[in-house]
Amino acid sequence: MDAIVFPQVLLGPLAPTLVVLAAGAIVLVLDLVRRPLPRELPAMVALAGMVGALLATVMRWSTPGRAFRDMVVLDNFALFFNVVICYAGALVVLLSMDYLRRTGTESGEYWALVLFSTSGMMLMAAAGDLIVVFLALELMSLSLYVLAGLFKRELVSSEAAMKYFLLGAFASSFLLYGIALIYGATGTTNLDRIAAAVASKPRDPLFMIGLGLMMVGFGFKISSVPFHMWVPDVYQGAPTSVTALIATGSKAGAFAALIRVLMVTLRGVPPDWAALLWAMAAVTMTVGNVVALAQSNLKRMLAYSSIAHVGYMLVGLVAGGVGGAGSVLFYLLTYTFTTAGAFGVITLCERARGEAVEVADYAGLARRHPILAATLTLFLLSLVGIPPLAGFVGKFYVFGAAVRAGYIWLAVIGVLNSAAAAYYYLRIIVYMYMREPEGAATTYASSFAGGLALAIALVGIVLLGVMPAPFVDLAQAAVAPLLR
Amino acid sequence: MTFPLVSLVTFLPGVAGLALLFVPRRAAHVLRPAGLLVAIVTFVLSLPLYFGFDSEIIGYQFEEQLRWMPTLGASYHVGVDGISLLLVLLTTFLMPLALASAWGSIEDRIKEFIATMLILETGMLGVFVSLDLFLFYVFWEAMLIPMYFVIGVWGGPNRIYAAVKFVLYTMVGSLLMLIAILALYYQYGGATGRYTFDLPVLTQYVMAPGRAQNLMFLAFALAFAIKVPLFPFHTWLPDAHVEAPTAGSVILAGVLLKMGTYGFLRFCLPLFPDASMTFGPLVFALAVIGVIYGAWVSTVQPDMKKLVAYSSVSHLGFVMLGLFTLNQQGLVGGLIQMVNHGLSTGALFLMVGMIYERRHSRLITDFGGLWQVVPAFSALFLVVTLSSLGLPGLNGFVGEFLILLGAFQRSPLTAALATTGIIFAAVYMLWMYQRVIFGPITHEANRRLPDLTTREWAVLVPVLVLIVWIGVYPAAFTGKTETTIEALIAQIQAKTGASR
Repeated sequence: MDAIVFPQVLLGPLAPTLVVLAAGAIVLVLDLVRRPLPRELPAMVALAGMVGALLATVMRWSTPGRAFRDMVVLDNFALFFNVVICYAGALVVLLSMDYLRRTGTESGEYWALVLFSTSGMMLMAAAGDLIVVFLALELMSLSLYVLAGLFKRELVSSEAAMKYFLLGAFASSFLLYGIALIYGATGTTNLDRIAAAVASKPRDPLFMIGLGLMMVGFGFKISSVPFHMWVPDVYQGAPTSVTALIATGSKAGAFAALIRVLMVTLRGVPPDWAALLWAMAAVTMTVGNVVALAQSNLKRMLAYSSIAHVGYMLVGLVAGGVGGAGSVLFYLLTYTFTTAGAFGVITLCERARGEAVEVADYAGLARRHPILAATLTLFLLSLVGIPPLAGFVGKFYVFGAAVRAGYIWLAVIGVLNSAAAAYYYLRIIVYMYMREPEGAATTYASSFAGGLALAIALVGIVLLGVMPAPFVDLAQAAVAPLLR
Repeated sequence: MTFPLVSLVTFLPGVAGLALLFVPRRAAHVLRPAGLLVAIVTFVLSLPLYFGFDSEIIGYQFEEQLRWMPTLGASYHVGVDGISLLLVLLTTFLMPLALASAWGSIEDRIKEFIATMLILETGMLGVFVSLDLFLFYVFWEAMLIPMYFVIGVWGGPNRIYAAVKFVLYTMVGSLLMLIAILALYYQYGGATGRYTFDLPVLTQYVMAPGRAQNLMFLAFALAFAIKVPLFPFHTWLPDAHVEAPTAGSVILAGVLLKMGTYGFLRFCLPLFPDASMTFGPLVFALAVIGVIYGAWVSTVQPDMKKLVAYSSVSHLGFVMLGLFTLNQQGLVGGLIQMVNHGLSTGALFLMVGMIYERRHSRLITDFGGLWQVVPAFSALFLVVTLSSLGLPGLNGFVGEFLILLGAFQRSPLTAALATTGIIFAAVYMLWMYQRVIFGPITHEANRRLPDLTTREWAVLVPVLVLIVWIGVYPAAFTGKTETTIEALIAQIQAKTGASR
């Protein structure tokens, strides 16, 4: 009888994720301490966790590592996503600090859950095995389900949590079933070994069905049409800081896993799946934009707009190759800064009856709070894709990749969508600058941390817009090892 | 490394505009003089471009090229040639006048207004001096936003509708152009192995005629045709003009519309010469329809500003006609006519704005007999009116004559039809002038209108000087462009010859 061989335990490749997890654990322990602690302490620990993970990530750049029999693969691809996710996490922590106090929902478990979900996202980006993909996805999702229901006394928040949980669980089961079928078809859950098995037996129906079911699960998490039904309700109902995390970090994590699974397992086979993604991309961006046109609630509008942006990212994925996938990575970077910033502005605007979430609440904002209005304007213009802001460069590379790969018509659908999208983004600017407020005015909830987060995001979108070249090169270098 | 004059001229207004945003509220009285000073300094700095420009040299002058995005093949590449030189000067010339015209009429959020106008100037200048397609596109799109704010924040009652329509119309066209830019980039890169957005490099490329070239031409042409605006893409123009504040209308008519015709001249003709030949007759037809349609619609407008707006459709039709003759007279005429239209129509908008400030009406029927009340205004208005309808001795005649000369060689029938546009121009301009200025005073409110103020004299005299100067001695301006135009025609002929 063979002795049980324990695999060598290498914690190095897990280091960035462990930093975040450790911070989460510390926050939980702090909550048990009876002596009064400074109020800011848990938030500071959470911020330190995010920044520490960011530093750990940057230090490991270009030193790929594998651990636990290739279950965790910390290559540049994972590291790039770690940067995006940690940035999103740090911005969300900064935005939450005063927001939670104002809404009276400050608690230790909020920070712990944010940290746990962030570590789940980071692990998803580094998953080299379908089991790890699933575990990381659940770690992320379960934390987010709870966070969505944070406003326990508000019906919309509870509804959001319930809806998110039920539909999310349903999607997870699809993913799991897909993993099971792929295991049945290839005899392994390791991505590299699946790739070898698929290359030797392309177009295996069992594998194709398995991959299709996995796509349903991923489609739910990235919120592509037709798996987007939960998005508007959850984005609207969840606390705005949590919405920012769901819209940026969780999307980045899900995209990381999706890109890695598709790129690695289908490395050696003809790109049949491009047609499916083509349709998904076209439908996602069109539905997202068309429905966003009709929204009067800003959070709901941004929810549909985020669906449309997923469509643009899928365009890059359709194009494939280093250029296409690299453009998706870069797009996610720009999108994270922009969307976190836009939701961040909402957390700072309040009205007598609560948050300022209706578009009409922003009427005349430019007169009373010109800097805040100008900030939101820049984020919106970046979402429209106006140069020289980050959103434009992101779109430029995504559509450029599509044109290069010969998907001209998909690119045309994409740009026409961008033009239609301009209408609803500009509508908010119209309210802020060109209309006078009706009824009680929206006030600015002064917050140093929130202001800092917006400043970081603003510097990000301008820097990525004016000097994108080094970041694009990093994104493409990050994708290259997947294709080998 | 020579002195970066072009960059200085381009970025000075925008940077100064951003800086003005930080002026504290208690120092608000410095804003108007400071903004005007920046615009004047920009104009003065742009003068060396004119005097230092060697009209014998083919190609770009005052060139600057810096590394920007080497892996993509985009660089910061700017410079001027005979085509862009006059338009740069037109922009820097009109901006101080526009700001001065807003001196008394805009009170609300004056700081933001001046900053927006100056940022807009940087955007427009950037479009004219960019020699890199990526850089060009950045300026082309970025410039939309300040104009959107100028119309939407400081415009008339229906301003929001007009502003959004302006942006959406322009965006649809320019985004399709983006796809064509990318397609051109990859086609050139695929054919030569060098991926670049550099315009002088790309214009050397002889593209095979056929579907690809035609589609790229159409995508570029749509973006530019909307901007011109060429019939039937003109419907945003009357709305935008009528709602925009006077300063915005001056810049819109004077400079923004030229970006469309400039685009045809700079990109469509040299990059896609075969397609330009193929679609030439179509553009000819649309241009002539625009000339006549614009004139007819102008005739029946009750609102002076709308009349001037529709006359722009007609005048820009002339410019398009000139460009697509593809011969020396037509092209030079078209280019000069761009400048002329900027001056004449800019002046018309300024004067309609002046009269609006006094009476808060632009309806022709609200006036009559102004000759007795405001003689100086009436005299200057007459000169501008005559310049707009193309009286010999004033600037409009030179451009229209050259264009018709060029068009006649290409198609006598088109030239004949376009000539009727000049006749109708005389009809609508003179009829408007007659109803506003001559006759008895029909409204009591008109009896006490003050005549031109010193500030208004200062705004109008420079324009009138140029109107007469171009009319009497056009060679001072055409001379700068002729070599460039000759080279452009030679290039088009060589390319279309090579691909046959």
